[in-house]
Amino acid sequence: MIDYDKVLSDKIKSIKPSGIRKFFDIAGTMKDVISLGVGEPDFNTPWAIRKAAIQVLERKHIIYGPNKGLASLRNTISSHIEKKHGVRYDPDKEIIVTVGGSEAIDLTVRGLIDPGDEVLVVEPCFVCYAPLVELAGGVAVPVPTRIENNFKLTLDDFRDKVTERTKLLILPFPNNPTGAVMTKHDLEPIAEFLRDTNIMVLSDEIYSELTYGRKHFSIIELEGMRERTVYVNGFSKAYAMTGWRLGYVSAPAPIISQISKIHQYGIMCSPFISQNAAVEALTSCDAEVEKMVDEYNVRRRYLVGEFNRLGLTCFNPEGAFYVFPCIRSTGLSSEEFCERLLFEERVATVPGSAFGDSGEGYIRISYAYSLKHLMEAIRRIEKFLTKLEAEKHEG
Amino acid sequence: MNDIIKLLQQNARISDSALGEMLGISAAEAAAKIEQLEKDGVIKGYSVIVDDDLYDKSTVYATIELKVTPQRDCGFDDIAKTIMMYDEVESVSLMSSGAYDLAVEVKGNNLKDVAFFVSERLATIDGILSTSTHFILKKYKEKGIFIDNEEPDERGLG
Repeated sequence: MIDYDKVLSDKIKSIKPSGIRKFFDIAGTMKDVISLGVGEPDFNTPWAIRKAAIQVLERKHIIYGPNKGLASLRNTISSHIEKKHGVRYDPDKEIIVTVGGSEAIDLTVRGLIDPGDEVLVVEPCFVCYAPLVELAGGVAVPVPTRIENNFKLTLDDFRDKVTERTKLLILPFPNNPTGAVMTKHDLEPIAEFLRDTNIMVLSDEIYSELTYGRKHFSIIELEGMRERTVYVNGFSKAYAMTGWRLGYVSAPAPIISQISKIHQYGIMCSPFISQNAAVEALTSCDAEVEKMVDEYNVRRRYLVGEFNRLGLTCFNPEGAFYVFPCIRSTGLSSEEFCERLLFEERVATVPGSAFGDSGEGYIRISYAYSLKHLMEAIRRIEKFLTKLEAEKHEG
Repeated sequence: MNDIIKLLQQNARISDSALGEMLGISAAEAAAKIEQLEKDGVIKGYSVIVDDDLYDKSTVYATIELKVTPQRDCGFDDIAKTIMMYDEVESVSLMSSGAYDLAVEVKGNNLKDVAFFVSERLATIDGILSTSTHFILKKYKEKGIFIDNEEPDERGLG
């Protein structure tokens, strides 16, 4: 018998599985579970995009295409970023179309990190950063953000954690799981500090189109920051295109020319059909995105209102499609809370601790669900909380 | 577009306080808006969407296409108003098809009831030239609500 434990690399064995998965796997075996767990839109991809894909299937030869992505798409991405942020990236030398934002993050981390390099990971955050840093041999240094600051990053949060080995700051805003956003005003002191260092920023702006009340501001817009930022974005969240697997990375040419080797050898190129369709997304789907944002906003306001009514304090998130209520008042850990809520009331949520230690005491609620679904979930959560309250009095 | 109506169209039983949260206004403001919409006649009523297979399997629905001679001064209105007074009639709509003029939805306890209602009540009204009855076998979706089971949510399984 082959001993797989000896076959597998120590590095991969040391990587923890995703904390989001755990509850999904349990929920998947149960009946009548209502989930608030997923991180993908409940809308279908806008028809114009699907139609474009059908036309490609009907009329074109489905090929690999250029390593960095179709020229037409890179041109469109370049204009899109310029229109949104007033910052220009050369479509030939400064953009790679990737297999989702996730690949873009992986390319950046692997391209910048040598063994022992330190990466500041702003938490709570999506689960992929620290494992990717560790796979690259780097050291992930958690930078907790705090509810007092509405989970925004402040200079005080990370200044003390900067060392000579600090190479990269991962800046994930609008944030999954908290829904926090960073304004120009919030970013300025951070940019000012970074301008005197050699620290690069990986700005993961995958939720940039999903903001409520104000337009997203990118750190690349600030003076001197385009040259020290790797900008990551994608099509999954804004255009409800998760299954199309398409994202992109924009950065100064010297960085793109190096990290494109990882993409070239590891991935070769992003899906041809998706790339053709994505041109349509950026050129003709603004109204569709706006409609989705309006719908998300109704759900967001409802959930924030309801969680506060139920006594689970919930700050007002201005981006993404998550709310992040505090469950400390129940006396349970976030893991216990989610587990009991799942088993006793059949509502699947994700414990905040899955997104870093600073997420402890919170749960992530996705509102990529219909209002009908959300209202039923709230009904069950209210029942659960009433029960917890009764237990307290008995105890 | 009136957001409060869009929300009530999805679910007319949403409480005033939940509506208020969704729209970023107070519960009292939501209630006042609804009252105004009712007063203005924009909101005509509230109904319930039922799966008849579970509620009352014997209920029969049919769509009747009516060809009608329009009348001087009032066009189709007079006949439409006569038809809509029957309890069996669920809806009456004027169509632009050319093939027929009025589409009438009729509900009955059984096939025979509906057939007789059409032949004895509708077909005999002055001005009605012909009727064509289509029985509904199955409703998949009504007023934006799925009657047939929704597709299972496959998200989060990857």
